[in-house]
Order: sequence, then structure tokens, then C-alpha cells
Amino acid sequence: MTELVIPGIISCVVAFFAVYVGTPPLVAYLQKRNFAVRDVNKPGDIMIARPGGPSIILGIVSAEAVLYGFMPSAEILAVVITTVLAFLVGYVDDKKTMGSWFKPVALAFAAAPILLFGAYDSDLAFPLSGHVQIPILYIGVVAFMILIAGNTVNSIDVLNGVASGFMIIAGFSLSASLFILQNYEMALVSLPLGFVSLAFYKYHKIPSKIFPGDSGALGLGAMYGSIAIVGGVEVIAAIAILPAILNSFLFLSSAKRIVEHRQIRIRPVEHTTDMKLKATDKEHAPLTLVRLILARGPMSERQVATAIFKLTAFSGGLAVITALLVAIQ
Amino acid sequence: MIGIFAFIFIMWALMLLGGAAAVIVIDSISISGYDSFDFAFTSAAKAAVVILLISAWVFSLSMIKNRMFQKKAQS
Repeated sequence: MTELVIPGIISCVVAFFAVYVGTPPLVAYLQKRNFAVRDVNKPGDIMIARPGGPSIILGIVSAEAVLYGFMPSAEILAVVITTVLAFLVGYVDDKKTMGSWFKPVALAFAAAPILLFGAYDSDLAFPLSGHVQIPILYIGVVAFMILIAGNTVNSIDVLNGVASGFMIIAGFSLSASLFILQNYEMALVSLPLGFVSLAFYKYHKIPSKIFPGDSGALGLGAMYGSIAIVGGVEVIAAIAILPAILNSFLFLSSAKRIVEHRQIRIRPVEHTTDMKLKATDKEHAPLTLVRLILARGPMSERQVATAIFKLTAFSGGLAVITALLVAIQ
Repeated sequence: MIGIFAFIFIMWALMLLGGAAAVIVIDSISISGYDSFDFAFTSAAKAAVVILLISAWVFSLSMIKNRMFQKKAQS
């Protein structure tokens, strides 16, 4: 394990500084080209640069390239290529309005490198109860995991700093779980995810200078999902992102279909006169995590973001407990 | 907020329970007597059971969600 310490440290430093240094020029470039969108939760027409996906993918690829240089493996290649493909899917959606079918279908195909490299084990591990062998069905699980992870992270990207802050907590919870399970190589592969998110959070937190866009959110989500599969921690990974899964579950059970953010006719959240967020009282508006948080009354954007981070820390804790249960099994 | 924390905890508990059910039920499925089709039939049966378990999980969660959040969402 000691031989992994130096590659681990170098890849984390590279991941953090690639995004930390790379994002300001990207913001300037996007603003100059007028690639910006209105921040709907701020008064006036404040335009925010988008997408931040290119700097996120730069951090991920360069950090994983460092790790690959020290310990070449098909697992690292599978994670990186899947992440890049998901980023490209998001980038296409950032630049051109695609149909609601596009992202789910394209994301499922983005999982192909994991299958082609054979970087998975078809056993599904459950804490306290053991393993389930589902060789054929697991191919569907691989595609489904990338699709779910990408889309849930994308769906929680609704307020300044939430997607990146969420991924800091979920990413480090996943790394901690992999360390507990003594899967040190995959733990190292997962660490850049947390550090990339941490560096991006500096520019994404309130007030945002840049939004990750679909390319950033899908890239982060797909990397998370592919690490879960390749590391054999699918259930633990799903537990760590329960607030985002809850958000998607609430939305789907109230909207009854898959729709894009821009297609929502009745917004679940409105603004007070002082630009605080408040839950809508319109009957047919979809139910979301933010609307549920706001059920107790209007809150500022920062307060809602903090509430989401608390929920994520709670589910991250449950993920680590689950990893401990698997470890002592 | 306590309600949302509680719901996440319930989701976690249901995942562990569902996992235990999956291990017990799926591991015991083995179809034989069809020669080269044994593997395909076993996989199909396992897939059907998994889909059934997931549906049960989503249905339970939906019921709990309706009980816990319906009033809040409408308030």
C-alpha cells in the first residue's frame, strides 16, 4: 500500500490545481464569447458563464493520467473513457437543445468502455447478507448505474454550488468506503473526483462565477458511477447519493415522466420579493427536494444549499457505516 | 428537515432489507433440465425476480413518501 502513497498525493494535487488554475481562464473565455446564462435566483440580469465541464474534465483526465503512469490498468482507462464520453454527451446538450430521450440513451452507451474492458465483477455485494451473482443482468446494471449517477447529479444542480458541493461530500464518502474495504487502487482512482469538485466549488459556490452545465454534472456523475461499478461498491455508492436519488424519485413520482428542466411548465419553487426561495402553492407543480426543504417556509439560496449538504453528509455517513458493515461481514 | 432525514434513513434501511431479500431469493434460483438453456432460463428468472423486488421497493417507498410528505408538499 505504501507504494501507492506518492501517486495518490500527486494525482490529488494535479486534480485540484488543474481545475483551480484552469477555471478562471475558462470563465473569461466563456464570458467573452457570451456563453452565459441568467442566474434565475438573483435579482436583475446576472449572467453566469457556462459550461464549466471543460475545466472539470481537464482535472479528471490529468489526475487519472498521472495514476495510469504509475499503475497502468484497464480499470483506470474504463473510468476515464466513460467519464469523457458522458462529458461529451453533456457538452452536446450544453451547446444544442436535444430531445429528452438523448441524455438517457447516450449515457447508457457511455457505459460501454466498462463492459468492453471487462472492468467489472458481476457480483452485487449487499451488506450483512452477502453477494448476488447476476452475470447477464449485471450488464444492464452497468448501463443503469451510469445513467442514474449522471442524471441524479445533473438534477440536483439547481442552486449555486450545490452540484459541486454535493460531489465533494459524496466523492470523499465513496473514497473513504473504498479505503475501509481495502480496495486501495480504486480508492486512489476515486480521490481526484473529490478534489476536482473541491476546486470547482471555489468558483461555483454562492455567488457563482461559473455553472458546471450538463457537461460538468454528467462528467462528475458518470465518473462516480463508473468508480462504483469498477470498485464493486454499487450499493454503497447509491447510498452516498441518496438525497439526489430522493430528488429524482420525488420528481418522477409527481411528474410521472422523464422531462428536462427547461420543459417544466409549473416551477416547484418561486421567489419572495426579497429573492428568497419559497415552495410554490400550485397544485400540479412537481415535487422536488428543494420544494420539500422549503415546505417549512421561505429560505435564502445559501440556507437551502446548506440543508442539501447536511442531508448529503448524513447519507455519506450511512454509506461509510454500510462499508464498515461489509468489511466486518 | 427531520422528516427528510428520516426518509433517507428509511431508504437506507429498505436497501439493506431489499439486499437481504435479493441474496436469499436470487441465490436460491437455479433452473436445470434444459441442457444448454439452463443458464439463460436461470438468468431470466433472476432478472424477473430482481425487477419484482425493485418494483416492491419503489412501491413501498412511494407509500411511505405519500404518508410523510403529502401534507407538507401541499402546505
